[in-house]
Amino acid sequence: MTPRNKIRNFSIIAHIDHGKSTLADRIIQMTGGLAEREMTEQVLDTMDIEKERGITIKAQTVRLDYKAKDGETYILNLMDTPGHVDFAYEVSRCLAACEGSLLVVDSSQGVEAQTLANVYKAIDANHEIVPVLNKVDLPAAEVGRVKQQIEDVIGIDASDALEISAKTGLGVDTVLEAIVNRLPPPKTGDVNAPLKALLVDAYYDTYLGVVVIVRIVDGTLKKRQAIQMMKTGAHFVLDRVGVFQPGKLIDVDELSPGEVGFFTASIKTVADCSVGDTITDERKPATEALPGFREVQPVVFCGLFPVDAAKFDDLRAAMGKLRLNDASFSYEMETSAALGFGFRCGFLGLLHLEIIQERLSREFDLDLIATAPSVVYGLHMRDGSLIELHNPADMPDVMAILSIEEPWIEATIFTPDEYLGGILKLCQDRRGIQTELSYVGARAMVKYELPLNEVVFDFYDRLKSISKGYASFDYNQIGRREGDLVKLQILVNDEPVDALSMLTHRGRAEQRGRAMCEKLKDLIPRQMFKIPIQAAIGGKVIARETISALRKDVTAKCYGGDASRKRKLLDKQKEGKKRMRQFGKVEIPQEAFVAALKMDED
Amino acid sequence: MSGFDSQRGFGVYVHWPYCARVCPYCDFNVYAAKARDTAPLLDAILNDLEGWRARTGERRADAIFLGGGTPSLMSGAQVANVIAKVGELWGLKPGAEITLEANPDDAARFADFGAAGVNRLSLGLQSLDDARLKFLGRTHDAAGALAALQEARSKFRSVSIDLIYALPNQTAADWRNELSRAVRLGADHLSLYELSIEPGAAFFQAVKRKNWSPLEDERAADLYEITQELADAAGYPAYEISNHARAPEHQSAHNRIYWSSGDWAAVGPGAHGRLTTGSERLAIVAAEKPGEYLRQVAANGLGWASVDALDPLAQARERVSMGLRVIEGFAASDITELGLSLDAARLTDFAAAGLLTDVKGRIALTRSGRLMADRIAAEISP
Repeated sequence: MTPRNKIRNFSIIAHIDHGKSTLADRIIQMTGGLAEREMTEQVLDTMDIEKERGITIKAQTVRLDYKAKDGETYILNLMDTPGHVDFAYEVSRCLAACEGSLLVVDSSQGVEAQTLANVYKAIDANHEIVPVLNKVDLPAAEVGRVKQQIEDVIGIDASDALEISAKTGLGVDTVLEAIVNRLPPPKTGDVNAPLKALLVDAYYDTYLGVVVIVRIVDGTLKKRQAIQMMKTGAHFVLDRVGVFQPGKLIDVDELSPGEVGFFTASIKTVADCSVGDTITDERKPATEALPGFREVQPVVFCGLFPVDAAKFDDLRAAMGKLRLNDASFSYEMETSAALGFGFRCGFLGLLHLEIIQERLSREFDLDLIATAPSVVYGLHMRDGSLIELHNPADMPDVMAILSIEEPWIEATIFTPDEYLGGILKLCQDRRGIQTELSYVGARAMVKYELPLNEVVFDFYDRLKSISKGYASFDYNQIGRREGDLVKLQILVNDEPVDALSMLTHRGRAEQRGRAMCEKLKDLIPRQMFKIPIQAAIGGKVIARETISALRKDVTAKCYGGDASRKRKLLDKQKEGKKRMRQFGKVEIPQEAFVAALKMDED
Repeated sequence: MSGFDSQRGFGVYVHWPYCARVCPYCDFNVYAAKARDTAPLLDAILNDLEGWRARTGERRADAIFLGGGTPSLMSGAQVANVIAKVGELWGLKPGAEITLEANPDDAARFADFGAAGVNRLSLGLQSLDDARLKFLGRTHDAAGALAALQEARSKFRSVSIDLIYALPNQTAADWRNELSRAVRLGADHLSLYELSIEPGAAFFQAVKRKNWSPLEDERAADLYEITQELADAAGYPAYEISNHARAPEHQSAHNRIYWSSGDWAAVGPGAHGRLTTGSERLAIVAAEKPGEYLRQVAANGLGWASVDALDPLAQARERVSMGLRVIEGFAASDITELGLSLDAARLTDFAAAGLLTDVKGRIALTRSGRLMADRIAAEISP
């Protein structure tokens, strides 16, 4: 058993691109966790998507042995937290498993919205925080200004912030010393008390089944121990208990208070392991669970349908496999008149939605049609009942609805001053209510309350384009509010296309309807007859476009040498038809659905 | 289509890949002629023909087509050699069509070609307007072209002229005017092509660089309709999407073999052939670069660089896309014999829309259907 005062559990808080993964890699390398030749970029992000996007989706942890300048050897448990707002709850559980954080800020960029959101979570978790200014070797580094900003915006002392370059390795040794000297060891836990361990995260491994990441608070966790999850009530007998070392799992006899490690227990799906649950001994259970457990609720929904209807079973199998590793994603079967069989899926947020879609196409080679993302509306019915509406296509008769509530968020945006005007206009156009506007030097921080349905479409894309990528964005949910919402329907050749219908604010319906019609006019290829495209509320058409008929599709010259080329062209057209959906007489390519929802209005 | 059906025809295509100058709209397998010794290529072509003869077995040829490139750069003796070789290997049916594609610049050799046995000349006029000829990168002017046409008419039993329309900024009046003149020149056959911008051609780059824009589809469709109307009225009805003849005997017998999915031996660099033997139908492409072609023939006695056996689906798709091009269309039974079928619902839709006719199992496009031939082929074919 490692003495408690020789353990440091810590996480790294940073905005995307501020160097979290580089610093983590450098720390692993310097503690001898991995030899130079084993180092691949970003050791902790293991999924391809994580590496490509530079984001962390699942929590990861790694245990390192560090011989400090005081001659003692310490165990450092680095908990890598998901960085994105969609995974805010996972972040908070990760932080609850640590006593301290490194706050990494790019010294040429300064504090960003995501940093702010996560550092507040760390402060809430009573963390000791060590500010680390990264990239001080860059000519654009402004160490003094960024220190001031940390003090002004976050409100923590930055006078002894470390100045490093994770890329070159400059100052990384001071980081290791600060972890040992400035971060506290785990709080006293009672090794003899009934087992209490925090379920930090879980992931599915093809060979091991579900691997659960835990932080021990009281008691001990041993092989063959019978355990119980206090919230879900599930029982398991442990197969393996161990710790994470870079690139491998090492079995240990037991995990004791303050330690972070893993266990396996023939658990079939990650859904059996709720993040934040408390694990206790079945025979000698703790009386009280650890605080802070929360059921994870999807907030953004969309329908996913296979492009090729014959692939429905493949899609079902793929969803099942993804769900093994991602309990926060939900799905249930949905039937659409236009799109056939598919699933209505729930996600933690937009990034989560994008990631799942990307994994389905990449890891399972599925071509999908995604319907318009939607939020969950609360419909107060005249008969006194409350309906949770996940899918605009299921909207009941408006006459039976008394009122509709929609979810709102509070958004925090950091931006260089010159883009502020455009950003304020964007938020205003999206029905935003400004609650705060402050400046730190040439950077503005603005907070807005916004309806989530105004954000799920393309808010983030618009924000990035207005600010040339410089603005950062984060949000919290702040509950539901009543809104004047209507169902906007899109009709193609007089046939309603339910996959394109959406709930929208009455005041925004006409603009959105017009934008949608214009967009579809460009996206739907001309066919052999003219096609009206209409947007309607109830039975009333509010916008209309017409796609004129195609007049000519013929090869001028076609002789012996063209026969093969002509046949290959036909093969390609046939292949393309598989990606089309038939709506009455009209064929709409799958790409049109995806692109129609990425509306750049204004 | 099991086994070779001689009704569909057997032709021999000879590709002469050299041109005095490569035209900017052309994406064929062509090379600048310069001062080359073409004797080795001719020898290779003759050897390749022998190789093909060993594969086709005994057949009589319905037609020979010397295309390119610019086969009118060949000497009369070279052309005579090729024709004699085909006659010796397969034998020519009586009255077999022997076509040579010619550039107006080579009119001085027309008499030699006639003496060599060529009986049909396809003359690359392209335009009757000097400015347009220049835009198309042609080396002749309109006067030269007309003189070449007169020379051709006196030397060959059948003369065809090519014209290209739908050039940038070409108005309906411009084309009407040009085509009205063309139908009065006394040609037996007209190939009237809408300009298409092919990825392999210089024009493609020019359009990409926005040097000029091709005519919009709407306008090009108007010009197509003008073409049909004017050619009909002048006694040159269309028998294929871009081809018109003043009498059935002046239609291109060789090209008809392509559209009826017959067989053709194809020699010369990059030539594409079809060969049906037993139950197999092969798509054959000769080595593309002249040097490779020579090596290929020297090594194997055949220029073949790739051979693909077409499965029934590929055969059916070729049959539909080629068969729809001619006014009499194709027999639906050609598809059912392959164990496949046409999309009956689409056939009914298109027939109702007046785009095609289905008479006793013969599927043919109407005039308005021909403008949509590619789309309709994709819709109805298996």
